[in-house]
Amino acid sequence: MNGIITIAHLTLHEVRGRRVALAALILGVAFLAIFAIGFNYIYSDVTGATSPTSPIPRIQYDIALNFIVMAGLYAVNFLIVMMAVLTPIDTLSGDIRSGSIQTLVTKPIRRVEIVLGKWLAFWVILGVYLILMAGGVLLIVRVIANYTLPNAAQGMFFIFLEGTVLMTLSILGGTRLSTLANGVTVLGLFGLAFIGGWLEQIGAYNGNPTAQNFGIVASLFVPTEALWRLSAYYMQPPLVRDVPLTPFSIVSVPSVWMVAWAALYIVAALLIAVRLFNTRDL
Amino acid sequence: MIDLAIDTRGLRKEYGAKVAVEDLTLTVSRGEVFGFLGPNGAGKTTSMKMLLGLVAPTAGSARVLGAPLGDRKARARMGFLPEHFHFQDWLTGREFLRFHGRLYGISAGPLGRRIEELLKQVDLLDAGERKLREYSKGMLQRIGLAQALLNEPDLVFLDEPTSGLDPLGRLLVRDMIVHMRARGTGVFLNSHLLSEVEVTCDRVAFVKRGAVVRQMALAEQGGGVDVEIRLGKTNAALLAGLSQFGRDVRVDQDRVRMKVKDEARLPEIARWLVGQGAAIYHLGAERKSLEALFLEVMGEDERPG
Repeated sequence: MNGIITIAHLTLHEVRGRRVALAALILGVAFLAIFAIGFNYIYSDVTGATSPTSPIPRIQYDIALNFIVMAGLYAVNFLIVMMAVLTPIDTLSGDIRSGSIQTLVTKPIRRVEIVLGKWLAFWVILGVYLILMAGGVLLIVRVIANYTLPNAAQGMFFIFLEGTVLMTLSILGGTRLSTLANGVTVLGLFGLAFIGGWLEQIGAYNGNPTAQNFGIVASLFVPTEALWRLSAYYMQPPLVRDVPLTPFSIVSVPSVWMVAWAALYIVAALLIAVRLFNTRDL
Repeated sequence: MIDLAIDTRGLRKEYGAKVAVEDLTLTVSRGEVFGFLGPNGAGKTTSMKMLLGLVAPTAGSARVLGAPLGDRKARARMGFLPEHFHFQDWLTGREFLRFHGRLYGISAGPLGRRIEELLKQVDLLDAGERKLREYSKGMLQRIGLAQALLNEPDLVFLDEPTSGLDPLGRLLVRDMIVHMRARGTGVFLNSHLLSEVEVTCDRVAFVKRGAVVRQMALAEQGGGVDVEIRLGKTNAALLAGLSQFGRDVRVDQDRVRMKVKDEARLPEIARWLVGQGAAIYHLGAERKSLEALFLEVMGEDERPG
């Protein structure tokens, strides 16, 4: 346990020392600033055009705001995906390539502690990043428009789960693949899930169960897009989520079992990562 | 058994069809400074990695500090300085040692004291707050050495610790090895720098194409002692008489050369020569240099690695 904490600490130190955290923070703040400015203009347009004398129906107003917030969160989701894949992409493969793993592995700690310590560090980073980015978006719309997204907590949880899946895959790949091959593979898997998710929605919209099932199988293989759709499903009012074929439209609602599957998936990926790292010559 | 630091039987490592180490069979006593010699590519690093549990052997068995390979408790009593080390260069010297000390499970108080002690020993006290990325190669090697000694180990593995160091750096490493031996710390040293092995090691093993071809104590040197004698006048009877003390007696210009088993033979030779009425101008013994021994063991067929 002590080993896990030390490795996690060392990894956090590395993320800071290599200025990954700084870059992510600066760009994150820039993203939130642009979102705040843009949201402010759109909001004043909506409210200005519909001055108190001719209020637009509350429902229409909510739909417009929800759409903008979802667009913001869709961008946050994309950033989370990138953070999840890229931050740990060379944490094992890089250390193996440089040989710095050798002084760690020969210490009296288990190899599993190295894998879990690194995983823990990137999990914490991912969580903090999600809270800052998604929390920032939610706070901005709250302050400017006094708008509260429905089921934001559930939505955030699914996005966090999605990020955790990708982050774990990135660590798993690093036990055997080179950094570049790992990046190509994990982003490729994400792309596969992405297409699978669209296939599922389009298939459901067109009433083509084969395409829909094909998409579901892809989501079982990599459950990331399904988790995003689930997140989007929860965070939109019923009227909006039925608008077909947007990145957040949910014609075919992923089963809640997908959450259990994703959790199981993460545990299995971690176990495989530990096993592959344990049996590897360094 | 219990006094052996390393005891291996037929350790073997294959990478696919390539045999990196064919047969590693050797013993190293506790507290001994052991030189593991061989040309590049002979399997020295792979052998060391097997002993450290970094690489799983394909066959064979071994015990290090009385425990099976890769044992975690045994690792707590070992130190390791890899050859091509690349440390976490965003850390300062002190932070680097602190993290590695924590991985050894040393608690904060004693660790802080140990770090200062080691920084002083490797002459890096003034560089402790600088980031490793600003260190020179020699400084990195020294901080790496300090890292390997954090836990006051019983056995330290050093893989080519002085390659790429300037003469002063080499001297410092050599002094530290001498210091370790004085403390009773065993050292397993991979090297192809023979002169330094000659100075620091108690025993050596020669490894050739993945197999240990000879193990010996440096003091005994299997090859014996070369003797060089200059006499006023030589004759066949003297030469014949000398051969009772050793072998390969031959005349080389104005000198007589021969091989004897050990230096204790020298006074006997002198006494006998005087008894024969010979005038002795010079009688000297020369240990075979490790380099000569290395070339002899490796044979002429070995090509530069």
